[in-house]
Amino acid sequence: MISLLYEIWNTIRQNKMRTFLTGFAVAWGIFMLIVLLGSGNGLKHGFAANWGDRMVNVVQIWGGRTNIPYAGFQSGRWISLDDNDLQFTSKEFADEVTAAMGNINLGSKNISYGTEYLSSGLRGVEPDIMQVEGLKIAQGDGRFINDLDIREKRKVIVISQRAREILFKGKDEEAIGKNVNVAGTMYTVVGIYYVEDRQDITNSFIPLSTAKMVYGRGVNLSSLSFTLSDKITDEKTNTDFMNRYKKRFAEEHQISPEDDNAIWYWNRFGNYVQLTSVSGFINIAVWIIGIFTLLSGIVGVSNIMLITVRERTREFGIRKALGASPVSILKLVVLESIIITTIFGYLGLICGVGITEFAAQFFEPSSGRDSFNAFLNPTVDIGVAIQATALLIIAGTLAGLFPALKAVKIKTIEAINDK
Amino acid sequence: MPTIIKLKNINKTYYSGAPLHVLKGIDLEINRGELVSIMGASGSGKSTLLNILGILDNYDTGEYHLNDVLIKNLSETRAAYFRNKLIGFIFQSFNLISFKNAMENVALPLYYQKTGRKTRNKMALEYLDRLGLKEWAYHMPNELSGGQKQRVAIARALISKPQIILADEPTGALDSKTSAEVLDVLKKVNATGMTMIIVTHESGIANQTNKIIRLKDGIIEKIEDNSEHNFSRFDIQNIK
Ligand SMILES: Nc1ncnc2c1ncn2[C@@H]1O[C@H](COP(=O)(O)OP(=O)(O)O)[C@@H](O)[C@H]1O
Ligand SMILES: [Mg+2]
Repeated sequence: MISLLYEIWNTIRQNKMRTFLTGFAVAWGIFMLIVLLGSGNGLKHGFAANWGDRMVNVVQIWGGRTNIPYAGFQSGRWISLDDNDLQFTSKEFADEVTAAMGNINLGSKNISYGTEYLSSGLRGVEPDIMQVEGLKIAQGDGRFINDLDIREKRKVIVISQRAREILFKGKDEEAIGKNVNVAGTMYTVVGIYYVEDRQDITNSFIPLSTAKMVYGRGVNLSSLSFTLSDKITDEKTNTDFMNRYKKRFAEEHQISPEDDNAIWYWNRFGNYVQLTSVSGFINIAVWIIGIFTLLSGIVGVSNIMLITVRERTREFGIRKALGASPVSILKLVVLESIIITTIFGYLGLICGVGITEFAAQFFEPSSGRDSFNAFLNPTVDIGVAIQATALLIIAGTLAGLFPALKAVKIKTIEAINDK
Repeated sequence: MPTIIKLKNINKTYYSGAPLHVLKGIDLEINRGELVSIMGASGSGKSTLLNILGILDNYDTGEYHLNDVLIKNLSETRAAYFRNKLIGFIFQSFNLISFKNAMENVALPLYYQKTGRKTRNKMALEYLDRLGLKEWAYHMPNELSGGQKQRVAIARALISKPQIILADEPTGALDSKTSAEVLDVLKKVNATGMTMIIVTHESGIANQTNKIIRLKDGIIEKIEDNSEHNFSRFDIQNIK
């Protein structure tokens, strides 16, 4: 085996041009493939980053102002949501809706701790809002509002990392367990949340039940959020559901079914469908181009191998005259092909991954509410990269094997006399 | 003297294009240690016969025994084994591997005997030394003269210690002075007891062998004893 490897090394060393050409075809194929896949991923990640961590199958409902007189009501009537809406949503649409919850928006409030203070939007919410809005709590930063808080109408508050920075001078002072003053009412801080890529958020959350009690809102809700069940699978089922929901909502509030201004909603699922189809399109496009890149690499390697083996016919004849068995010749060709494609494939892999990693540094995610990432983290799943390399190595091997099989079948004397 | 080569009614036809019956029933016995030449006009089938002897080519009918083994319908692997063990080749066009230096070329048959690299290179150097090519061991074939290339090829044929040496016009590409030198080397090898068959169409070369086999139109016209090394009259006429 070592002897064989040395024999191959000798061949490679003495035939640098041929080795380089084969190697280049392989390295270039892999390199281009990785850059391509990386770019595709960059685009996809860019889209996804703009989407954030929020759940995608979430619907939010607000009341609007009527535009059309209906059922004896004049137009211009404000529609407000209340617990009844929550009820019919979760009862009558049980198939399509999971986890319906109400929200109370209490507007901007002054929050102070000691001499520090800030103005923060205050919202009464239920625990599930965390998933709906993609709120996160770092290790050691306490917890979000839980069911017990709701049931016992506790005066607890979850503030943002930004709010902690202002109120508690960064992380210097422990915030959890401290009481903050929210426009005259004391709340105990139980958790600090953050939203990825949105460092400037300052909204604070208190239990929905507490909000109703403290601020005397009765049964009124600012908005309704719910997640869609897995019955909603595509754009069609989604639109269909939304139409039925709007009709029921119109009935509930005695609005004209034609009145589009009386109900406001945000259905992320529709957008999500678009996003996934864009991603899917990028995916398919990238893979098609990628496969062609890979194919051209394979064709390149095959061609060079074909010519190489053709050129070596006479050499193989001489070797056979000196006692080389057909198998030993096959081993020589195939192993050389494997070694070259492996080494250069690896080289292409390293260069490709290097370039994409470098680009990833360059396209740092931008933050802020209105930021937009067109291109983010253009890296390739290393598994995919290795698979592509392996594929090219196999192709290189076959590319060497078939002409070698043919060359070996040539009668020894004809091979020797080959011009 | 025991026979090493025994041919019985060997026939060979080439089928590329119109069938060409090249060997039409060859019967021949060659003894161990003989120095034999095969002579004949161009196209008379000398190379074809030698290639069959060297198991580089196959024959259609008849029987060929080499070293008392019937050489017929061998697998390519088995043929390679016998070529490696029993036969040393010397070609007109040298057939050195262009990207290997002299030493590596000489060592190649030992590679196919699974001899370690150090041992085979050492042996290759010894053989090159014997042929006066020690200083050229690390030169590539394209840096060697014709005579030197052929001596490298001879070293390569000898290194596996074969039973017979088959040489197809070994001096065909060399000038007369170099030819004489190369032939001297071959004769010295034969003097060590090695059976040697040289194909040639030069009577000067044939005359230095001990037996001349004359091939004509695919059959053996005659076998001449040439131990006295007299020019065959037939040949003088041919030259004139
Ligand atoms: N592979 C082949 N296919 C067809 N014809 C061949 C082949 N090799 C040799 N011949 C023909 O067979 C005849 C004998 O060839 P060869 O043995 O090479 O003769 P010599 O060596 O005596 O000149 C020639 O006519 C030659 O053209
Ligand atoms: Mg010939």
